Amino acid sequence: MQVLIDNADILFRAFGLTLLLVVVVSILSLVFGTVLAAMRVGPIGVLNKAGALYVTIFRNNPLLVLLLLVVFGLPKLGVQMSYFNMNVLALTLYTSPFVCEALRAGVNSIPIGQAEAARSIGLTFSQSMTAVVLPQSFRAVVPPLASVLIAMVKNTSLVSIFGLLDATARMKGLLNDHPSQLWWIFGGIALGYVIIVEAISLGAALLERRWRVA
Amino acid sequence: MASSVLFDAPGPRTRARHRLYTAISSVILAAIAGLVIWQLWRKDQFAYTYWEPFVTPDIVELLVKGLGKTLLAAVVAIAGALVWGVVFGVAKLSEHRVLRWPAWTVVEFFRAVPLLMLIISTWFFIGPEPGPHAYWALVIGLVLYNGAVFAEIFRAGINAVDRGQSEAAYALGMRKTMVMRLILIPQAIKIMLPAFISQTIVALKDTSLGYAILAPGLTYEGKIIFGTFRNTIQTALVIAAIYILVNLLLSWLATKAQRRFAGEHKLDIVGGVVQSQPAGGAAGARGL
Repeated sequence: MQVLIDNADILFRAFGLTLLLVVVVSILSLVFGTVLAAMRVGPIGVLNKAGALYVTIFRNNPLLVLLLLVVFGLPKLGVQMSYFNMNVLALTLYTSPFVCEALRAGVNSIPIGQAEAARSIGLTFSQSMTAVVLPQSFRAVVPPLASVLIAMVKNTSLVSIFGLLDATARMKGLLNDHPSQLWWIFGGIALGYVIIVEAISLGAALLERRWRVA
Repeated sequence: MASSVLFDAPGPRTRARHRLYTAISSVILAAIAGLVIWQLWRKDQFAYTYWEPFVTPDIVELLVKGLGKTLLAAVVAIAGALVWGVVFGVAKLSEHRVLRWPAWTVVEFFRAVPLLMLIISTWFFIGPEPGPHAYWALVIGLVLYNGAVFAEIFRAGINAVDRGQSEAAYALGMRKTMVMRLILIPQAIKIMLPAFISQTIVALKDTSLGYAILAPGLTYEGKIIFGTFRNTIQTALVIAAIYILVNLLLSWLATKAQRRFAGEHKLDIVGGVVQSQPAGGAAGARGL
């Protein structure tokens, strides 16, 4: 217990970094994941194939190996970036295909009759998308997107191997210095992650309830 | 695409526009690929000395052994996680609050904590030394995390079986264990299979985390190789290729197995009742 209190400021800063990573990577991978999803459902064959290839490669490749490639590889190619930016880049490249698949699953979950009905009452493509399909898919997308975000929160722990002092890196340091306090250190830092993850679950549940059709 | 209900069939002008977009996006994609290759070439990353290790028999053997250890870790971890998952999944479904709440807490906890944290803590718990200690820390961490996920998959699978199935079984006079064993689990397995397979692929990818605690395995051998030959990019690409191939192979096998065992035919009401009942009834009678 004492070790947690003594290092409270370090731990708060470490979780601050974790949260910053979560926010930055969420925004970037939502944007890039949406681009990928648009590529995969759009009418251009080349982009379909490129999107599918990207998703297959990056979903089947461990994040750790991608981080190795980005954090140790980019400097060798003459690309100079801060450790924070390189970790963000790797996490975004890794998370985006999962976002893409969650979005696709969400849109696909809408009964096709909805789109057919929209078209048959004379709505154009953009009208049926904005008025009928997308509002419903937002709701369907919330649960899978929340799982992707939660997985990403936990994946940020890998930055501790690649030069950033996040909560997991601090845990390793504290375990090294105070081996007898293992349970307190583990419990305290685990609690931090549990709070972040539960906050996302709760937010998703609220959104889902708010967007539910009565 | 063209057949989507949201579009009209493209006319000549739209087709021409699509051709233009295709040309533009092809150029952009080719430019990105070209830029990467050009930069790799300019920095001499295609030099034979960097790639030589991967055609050297000793090093190939090292990688194969590493892959073997990684696969073994994955298999042991998934087997352990299955046991863990079934036990806690059943506990979460229990009618007794004494069982349900602790099981719920444990499962939620291990699902929310990063796997890397579990692995590092386990490693410090059993003594932070490289070698077997690290290997077991990796396996135990994987069991704790994936077990929690499996518990949730198991619970959801059982709950997804139509209520009428268990009600009918109770009406026939079956006890709780019999209903679970003969009616719910066989049907739930079909429902769970896809989620189970994707989690298995996640577990396989997560074996790479052994790198952080120097646990024997593919990424650890990789670390030794690029530590020696200073060829991080090449080693990472080779390891990535191995992981991707193994995962694709696993997905392919899983899809085949799913077709074989779970069947593509959906269990609709008529087919389910008329065809499955005699077989199920006979098996049930023999079970008694």
